[in-house]
Amino acid sequence: MRGNPDAHEMIAPGRLDAVLDLLARAPGEWTPIAGGTELMVAHAAGRLEARKLVSLWGIPGLQFIETTSQSIVIGAGTTFRDLRAHAGIATELPLLAKAAGWIGSIANQSRATVGGNLVNGSPAADSSPALLVYDAEIELASVRGRRRIPYSEFHTGYKLNAMAPDELLFAVHLPLRFAGHRQYLRKVGTRRAMAIAKVALAGTALFESGEASEIRLAAASLAPFPTRLYRTETAVLHQPIDSRTIQSAREALLAEVKPIDDIRSTSEYRRQVAANLLVEFLVELRSEGRPQ
Amino acid sequence: MSTRWPIVHFTVNGQSCAVQAPPMKRLLDVLREDLRLTGTKEGCGEGECGSCSVRMNGELVNSCLIPVLQAEGAHIQTVEGLATDSELHPLQRAFLACGGAQCGICTPGMLMAAAQLLECNPHPSLAEIREGLAGNLCRCTGFIRIFESVIAAAADSTTPVSGQTAHAR
Repeated sequence: MRGNPDAHEMIAPGRLDAVLDLLARAPGEWTPIAGGTELMVAHAAGRLEARKLVSLWGIPGLQFIETTSQSIVIGAGTTFRDLRAHAGIATELPLLAKAAGWIGSIANQSRATVGGNLVNGSPAADSSPALLVYDAEIELASVRGRRRIPYSEFHTGYKLNAMAPDELLFAVHLPLRFAGHRQYLRKVGTRRAMAIAKVALAGTALFESGEASEIRLAAASLAPFPTRLYRTETAVLHQPIDSRTIQSAREALLAEVKPIDDIRSTSEYRRQVAANLLVEFLVELRSEGRPQ
Repeated sequence: MSTRWPIVHFTVNGQSCAVQAPPMKRLLDVLREDLRLTGTKEGCGEGECGSCSVRMNGELVNSCLIPVLQAEGAHIQTVEGLATDSELHPLQRAFLACGGAQCGICTPGMLMAAAQLLECNPHPSLAEIREGLAGNLCRCTGFIRIFESVIAAAADSTTPVSGQTAHAR
């Protein structure tokens, strides 16, 4: 433990409105901390810069999963354990349930929150590719009110996002219109458990008459933040899924992504594996979509 | 100790505690230093190894990642809370019988993760045992003897199952 607990202040107002008041009074001064699975690691290593922390843990107004016929709304304080245990998410949003099971260990999932995963903004965030291909929207809250933005516009750069200093990530909205879509999610890490993604790729596609009339592709660890692969999608959309389309989609992906070399992998490995995952999804799409 | 720090109240192994500590002090350090419960070990200090696993409000957590202020009102169980005065917990007996413990550093965390698993899922498959313990690293046993210990404890009718301790946060 190289961090010094004496150097940090922390308060736990226990209510959402009290947290928003605090953020409004001194924008940028207080750093929200939920389950601590990211900030406490920085703290232990002596590199937690935030001196004033406001606890979000256990605030009831942030811990909910609401289901309507149109959508599932997940409060930002929902843990990945809660997500995995939710029957509606397992049925309606299977990619998200699958990703929740990838987040660290059981002990990490007990504490890590959906909001924390997104605000932390790691390029390798496990929940992000699934949220992107499900057209998630982010609801932000402040004393000024609420606003919603597409999740695809939430990350604006490496560890940067569209939130104002007085705003808190309140909830994630997921429309329930992907039940008829083919769905794909695969993560490649160093090992199966407890590994941060070298690459992850998610896809949803509406497959009709031998071609995708809708397709969404998203990746982690291929850019400074989790991102949709729009140009690759265009290469597949309304094309027969044959070897020519698969080849042009592969080329589009290789042209579109610019991953980095880092401690976990190399740019070239990530590009090739991402392209292989894309091909796997498209081949699955083709074989599943074939008339019986 | 500074008097400006808050007093945090929680229970550990059924006993009420009140600890005055910096709010960002790790629950791990409060358990070991303030409460002298040194059964809980520090391994990596970053939530990767599971040595510091304890149970909090019926869930498995890494105590190295919990600022003590967030333990306010919590019910915490550490490895010291597994055995009673008169006998070991069935998991402890199984670890002894099957060679599930060697150097001992991972053992308290393994026991807590295994206790969590068996309370939620009294008869886990090998795959479920592997997942339940995936956040707990052991460098001695090669894991097989630990898995065998959990299988043996699951077969022991005295192993507690859920309903008794699990509750909402």
